Amino acid sequence: MIEVKDLHKSYGKSGKINALNGISFNVNDGDIFGVIGPDGAGKSTLFRILASLIMPDSGTAIMNGYDVVKDYRKIRQIIGYMPGRFSLYQDLSVEENLKFFATLFDTTIEENYHLIKDIYQQIEPFKNRRAGALSGGMKQKLALSCALIHKPEILILDEPTTGVDPVSRKEFWDMLARLKEQGIIILVSTAYMDEASRCDRIALIREGELIASNTPQGIIDDYSDILWAVEGSRMSAILRELRKYEKIKTSFAFGDKIHITVDESLQIGELKQYLINRDFRDVGINPIEPTVEDCFIALTN
Amino acid sequence: MRYSDNLHVKQKGIKMKQFIAFVNKEFRHIIRDNRTLLIIIGMPIVEILLFGFAINMEVQNITVAFYDPSPDAITTGITERIKENSYFNNQGNMPSVAKMEEAMQKGDLDLAVVFQQNFQEDLVQTGNAAVQLLANSSDPNRGSISATYATAIIAGYQQEQMELMHIPFQIQTENRMIYNPQMKSSYMFVPGIMGLVLMIICTIMTSVSIVREKERGTMEVLLASPLKQGTMIFAKTIPYMVISFIDFIIILLLSYFVLGVPINGSLLLLFLVALIYISLTLTYGLTISTLVDKQMNAVIFSAITAMIPVLMLSGMIFPVGNMPVVLQAFSAIVPARWFIDAVRKVMIQGQGLFMIWKEVLIMIGMTIFLLGVTIAKTKKRLE
Amino acid sequence: MTNKVIEVSNLTKKFGSFTAVNHITFDVKEGEIFGFLGANGAGKTTAMQMLCGISMPTSGEGTVAGYDIIKENELIKRNIGYMSQKFSLYEDLKVWENIRLFGGIYGLSNKVIAEKTDALLKQLNFAEERNTLVKYLPLGWKQKLAFSVAIFHEPKIVFLDEPTGGVDPAMRRRFWEMIYDASERGITVFVTTHYMDESEYCNRVSIMVDGRIEALDTPAALRHQFNADTMDEVFRQLARKAERD
Repeated sequence: MIEVKDLHKSYGKSGKINALNGISFNVNDGDIFGVIGPDGAGKSTLFRILASLIMPDSGTAIMNGYDVVKDYRKIRQIIGYMPGRFSLYQDLSVEENLKFFATLFDTTIEENYHLIKDIYQQIEPFKNRRAGALSGGMKQKLALSCALIHKPEILILDEPTTGVDPVSRKEFWDMLARLKEQGIIILVSTAYMDEASRCDRIALIREGELIASNTPQGIIDDYSDILWAVEGSRMSAILRELRKYEKIKTSFAFGDKIHITVDESLQIGELKQYLINRDFRDVGINPIEPTVEDCFIALTN
Repeated sequence: MRYSDNLHVKQKGIKMKQFIAFVNKEFRHIIRDNRTLLIIIGMPIVEILLFGFAINMEVQNITVAFYDPSPDAITTGITERIKENSYFNNQGNMPSVAKMEEAMQKGDLDLAVVFQQNFQEDLVQTGNAAVQLLANSSDPNRGSISATYATAIIAGYQQEQMELMHIPFQIQTENRMIYNPQMKSSYMFVPGIMGLVLMIICTIMTSVSIVREKERGTMEVLLASPLKQGTMIFAKTIPYMVISFIDFIIILLLSYFVLGVPINGSLLLLFLVALIYISLTLTYGLTISTLVDKQMNAVIFSAITAMIPVLMLSGMIFPVGNMPVVLQAFSAIVPARWFIDAVRKVMIQGQGLFMIWKEVLIMIGMTIFLLGVTIAKTKKRLE
Repeated sequence: MTNKVIEVSNLTKKFGSFTAVNHITFDVKEGEIFGFLGANGAGKTTAMQMLCGISMPTSGEGTVAGYDIIKENELIKRNIGYMSQKFSLYEDLKVWENIRLFGGIYGLSNKVIAEKTDALLKQLNFAEERNTLVKYLPLGWKQKLAFSVAIFHEPKIVFLDEPTGGVDPAMRRRFWEMIYDASERGITVFVTTHYMDESEYCNRVSIMVDGRIEALDTPAALRHQFNADTMDEVFRQLARKAERD
């Protein structure tokens, strides 16, 4: 159980830059909890506070009963933390890194092997290779193994999938889903909105503010407008035409479609005719269920 | 709860294991970084040989003259000792210092020994008397070695006399290198190189190795673990301490066997002095690591505050006595100055602990001060 | 009829026994938005370095902006623009200082730089930020500015290496609208991304697997070819074939 209450943090001279501006949320036992927002939203600051690495200006965070400021020693025993960039010793081998971190937490690789087996087995053939010579995907698996080796109660992963290709990203989330079965609370941050669906609950944040916190479906259910998908050929031209039409409230490209919301007074047939009149003959306009990304755009615009 | 009642006992065990694991890791970092390893081992060898063979060591036929305004038993004793020595070629007494300088300018004289007025009287009454050695350093090597030989003879004589008289007294030997104040000779630079090499390894390498963890982000992971900062810092210093001693021994062996620099004093005392200086410079490295966040800054900071003062102000190249007063005062806060002084006294002049207590105490004091600063500045968080 | 601004055949780069890029052959037409996809380690970065004239191919040949990638790589550098997520602008310089610097690097005269700077800042609605240090700009703004700076000297081609990583969803889309504008002005856009929805915005997409180009076509044709609903699925089918890590 994690209870975050009204966290504030600012940086710079006279607190110019507000990294966190009153963030509150709860995380239930056994959940994968996603903190989702663009770069600069305050994700790393939030996670560093939770990992007891920096102190909030105000507000509290209690993790499994321990306060991140007062009980920082306890916190450091119960968490596994993986920072945003690769932070292992590049000149030590895979096995040496893992052994080192096991010893720091007073355990051994053998003792908790069952926990990391699934992940570590994939890099074990290279256990004598130096960490610096591993590929990006393997580095990440090693970092995760090191963060897990002491059987943490709470795993804190700061943007583990940034700069990672979609296939490796999916693999990574599959690994997290299997870890969840071990009863570990997993906190993970990401800038990729499409990863929201892999979380039990998510918090959307932007510029240090919490926009929404709910289950991914809950966030989608709260979307108040009707969302339409426009498809056809010559998408960029259609988008430009849509922007000119005043009864269209928002229009954004989404892959091979354009997602729009429209004024209540507008009949979709009317819009279709408008586009056909402008020589876009093959357009289709259909209502669709929004994605978390649509919700994020709607909540921040 | 996962934590048992004997948490305290268990904690101690963890600390030891963490400590060993950390020391292990540090050694691996050093061993795998070939270039650094080469510098660490190669630097003292190259420097010793460079300084050593660039300078001709053998000095003989030192022409010496004496100025003794009030001859007494002790001044006569010292004069006789120097005259007897086979390295010296006696030119006899001279009527004034001015005459001696004149002879030196002509190149007829290498060394002038100038006793103070009422030498013995002062020595018995106050326990202090001064003898000045003026060395012709137009050949810097010859000049400084002449002075060093004479200093050693006077020190030996003093030792004997003290045993006879059972009272502590001190003959102040004041060396002045005239015509060339630079004292470049192996006897002088060996302690200097020790001071420099140990400073580079302890201060620069230690601070860089800690700051590297900050820069690469590994510090973040260490902080988020149960590892205590104290354990980490202490573990960081161990490999550099070991390497420093290896380098110290390399320098000692090379200077003794290759350059023929004598070790006149107690070897044990020499190691004690080295240990204190190594602790001091390691602590300084730790202090720097708490002040900067980038490896580059750590190097620049150490170079400016540690290396340059060692070269310029420690007496390694320019004798402290010849500096302007302001710089002399400033040199007092340069750790290497006290180390080099102490090593010269022990190694070259063969003096004992009671002659270097001041240097030792100053170095210990500096260590305690820097340790205090380091502890106050060490953060248990990232900011 | 259309000009080919990039034309390479059998381009290969080996590091020791490791073949990072393995005989790739493709061309890019003028004004095209070309998506260059691939898993991490598939060889994208190395291929892009060869195209930009920074890295010498082990074998193969080709031209970029009309210049030979082996003999005329210095001329290539002068005729392309480059922007990456990792580095694009100097954080500790002001907005106008960055523009001036990059304008100067590409040999524009002070007068031209001054005129174009005013026009650019106006167009981006950045006039008030002229004297702001780049580090104080929000990420989305930075990326827009970086892109504008990359095409400031009107290059024939602009290379964009993951330009939208971590950018706000709405900003990300506005950024792509800038790419469209540039493409309509005749600037060819060569772009890598890990957002599969963005691959749909490209005219054509290539997907690299283990150093080879395994697929190259329009997004719609690729979806059809692989019998997939989304580009994400196409990518996954191809990346699954990868053997090296």
